[in-house]
Amino acid sequence: MQKHLLLGVEAVGQGAIDGGMSGVYAYPGTPSTEITEYIQDNELAIERKLHSKWSANEKTAYETALGMSYAGKRTMACMKHVGLNVAADAFINSAITGVNGGFVLTVADDPSMHSSQNEQDSRYYAKFAMIPVLEPSNQQEAYDMAREGFALSEEAGVPVMLRITTRLAHSRAGVAMKPVLDENQLSMPQDSKQFVLLPAIARRRYKSLLEKQAAFVKLSEESVYNQYIDGDEKSLGIICCGITYNYLMENYQDEACPYPVLKVSQYPLPEKQLRKLEAECDEILVLEEGYPLVEEDLKGYFANGTQIKGRLDGSLPRDGELNPDLVGKALGKEIYQGIPVPPVVANRPPALCQGCGHQDAYEAMNEVLADYGKGRVFSDIGCYTLGALPPYETINSCVDMGASITMAKGAADAGLVPAVAVIGDSTFAHSGITGLLDAVNEKSNITVVISDNESVSMTGGQDSSAQGKIESICEGLGVDPAHIRVIVPLKKNHAELVKLFREELEYDGVSVIIPRRECIQRASRRKRNQSRHANH
Amino acid sequence: MKSNIILAGVGGQGILSIAAALGTAALENNLHIKQAETHGMSQRGGAVVSHMRISDKPIASDLIQMGTADLILSVEPMEALRYLPFLSERGYLVTNTTPFINIPNYPEYEKVMEEIHRLPRFVAIDADGIAKEAGNARASNMVMLGAASPFIDIDFSKLEDGIREVFARKGEQIVEVNLKAIRAGRQFAQENK
Repeated sequence: MQKHLLLGVEAVGQGAIDGGMSGVYAYPGTPSTEITEYIQDNELAIERKLHSKWSANEKTAYETALGMSYAGKRTMACMKHVGLNVAADAFINSAITGVNGGFVLTVADDPSMHSSQNEQDSRYYAKFAMIPVLEPSNQQEAYDMAREGFALSEEAGVPVMLRITTRLAHSRAGVAMKPVLDENQLSMPQDSKQFVLLPAIARRRYKSLLEKQAAFVKLSEESVYNQYIDGDEKSLGIICCGITYNYLMENYQDEACPYPVLKVSQYPLPEKQLRKLEAECDEILVLEEGYPLVEEDLKGYFANGTQIKGRLDGSLPRDGELNPDLVGKALGKEIYQGIPVPPVVANRPPALCQGCGHQDAYEAMNEVLADYGKGRVFSDIGCYTLGALPPYETINSCVDMGASITMAKGAADAGLVPAVAVIGDSTFAHSGITGLLDAVNEKSNITVVISDNESVSMTGGQDSSAQGKIESICEGLGVDPAHIRVIVPLKKNHAELVKLFREELEYDGVSVIIPRRECIQRASRRKRNQSRHANH
Repeated sequence: MKSNIILAGVGGQGILSIAAALGTAALENNLHIKQAETHGMSQRGGAVVSHMRISDKPIASDLIQMGTADLILSVEPMEALRYLPFLSERGYLVTNTTPFINIPNYPEYEKVMEEIHRLPRFVAIDADGIAKEAGNARASNMVMLGAASPFIDIDFSKLEDGIREVFARKGEQIVEVNLKAIRAGRQFAQENK
């Protein structure tokens, strides 16, 4: 069969299309972004008119997907792990409403924080919501699970989580495709009260979710994705979750793994196979990417019994991404390390691109803020977060999407005036608007810098949902139009930028400064595409 | 056959174009391939690395084990050194000699080159200069792929086919420049390994 070379995220996108999905809803976030981009560019998806436009944030994405499921169609919501925090209210409650059309939530976790502010493990969210999880070990499984996840969701009656991690998301391998399934027809939920979570109905729905739990375990026990692979050497049994199976196999390339292995790619844990492994083996080693979820569970199951090894007893590191070397060490193998890194090698952290507009804004801010003292700039999630590093060191916080405006307000409430917020155009649309409303309502003494590069740049230049609307949003929230100031951040405008920052910092009230210049990466991509277009 | 290749560089230098040409060639040869990339924040001028594995047998891990890389292919000299713990005892290091200096504490260039020249098996190549001679400074990554080609167990003609496929949509002229670049890189490595 012909295989296609796909990134894990692309395999998920292709699987969703082939699984009869009618729409994907997402907000960009590494390492999940390319799922939606792949669907946006896919011929069949375009021909079928599958929904694939970006949502304003993960909560709106998740809720819209739930609406599509209500109407009987198959749908996917995609986000990075921290995006699920934003969508958590909708997510937890959607387990109680249940679904009509199949609903797959793809969450991309980022262990080792390659491009994130934490490494939270989304499997805990699924456990909290009490829904099944699929966790592929390779790109082919990512494709298969995305394609078949809708049917599993329809059978289980709840959303199903497809959990991937950075390494699988951004690694390519050959994927064999399967027949394309039809989309669902429009259809109403059988029970017209299913989605009405008034207490009396919610209590009934919640009981039904609890009653389904045993069936979910049975689905896992019978799942083709969970495999018990026998071994003669019973001193150790190994549980491999998701991609860790590959790291184990990498350590047994020229020989069969002597130990019994339980490969887990569907949760809740398959209890039957677990009990078998426990009965047969003296000790159990748990390999899992993220937090020690399975290991904690087993310590509960087998209290005072079989010794469980993993991230909690020090056999593996408590944090960070796993790899074949760490797994090898846990198995007691010798690891050959090549030549050590010579001391001459310096760190090379990411930095703002040369010519980026954020640089000009920071240059001017630093000059003005020198008069007020350090420590009063609250910032947000985006390229401009790199302003925390040398040479700028302008900003003093980066917590979660939208926290710049609200934290600046809180600091101003405490007496730190003026307080400054720096937020990007897309982050403002995502979660900044409500915070600005709070500040306007209380006439807080804050200066909000919406550093507008007309794109979601850190994730590769997607369209920002507030494009062309920022001034009118601010005005609509009640910001005095005389204190909504737009300027082009360029070196030649430095003096004007400084003057403008100084004026607005002196103003006692909410002011919004909008340095606006298109992201230089996006601009050069746009020009390249135009010239390529012109040549054909 | 089996090749474990570490591709190294700085975000924006385009190491993924090398991976794409190599991956296409491997697929053409019906080989198994896994290739882990760096996306996201590091792409903004930070250190980036791609683990590329090609084999005639199924491949387990997306990541290469320490001390098992057959080749480190770096488009920047200091970045070449960052991944030495991955290099196997018999592995080759192939690096561009042009430094990419975007940090204030970039080490003295001579010290970087000293460390490279200390290795038992390496090719240090002025890929930018050779690309310019070939007709386009932007083809330096294909010079690098050419310089690495003697150490990768894939038919050179298949690598050329890979380039044809990857650059096809940019027009015949761009394809030709890149072919010229990969051949020049290969020739240099064969004469200087």
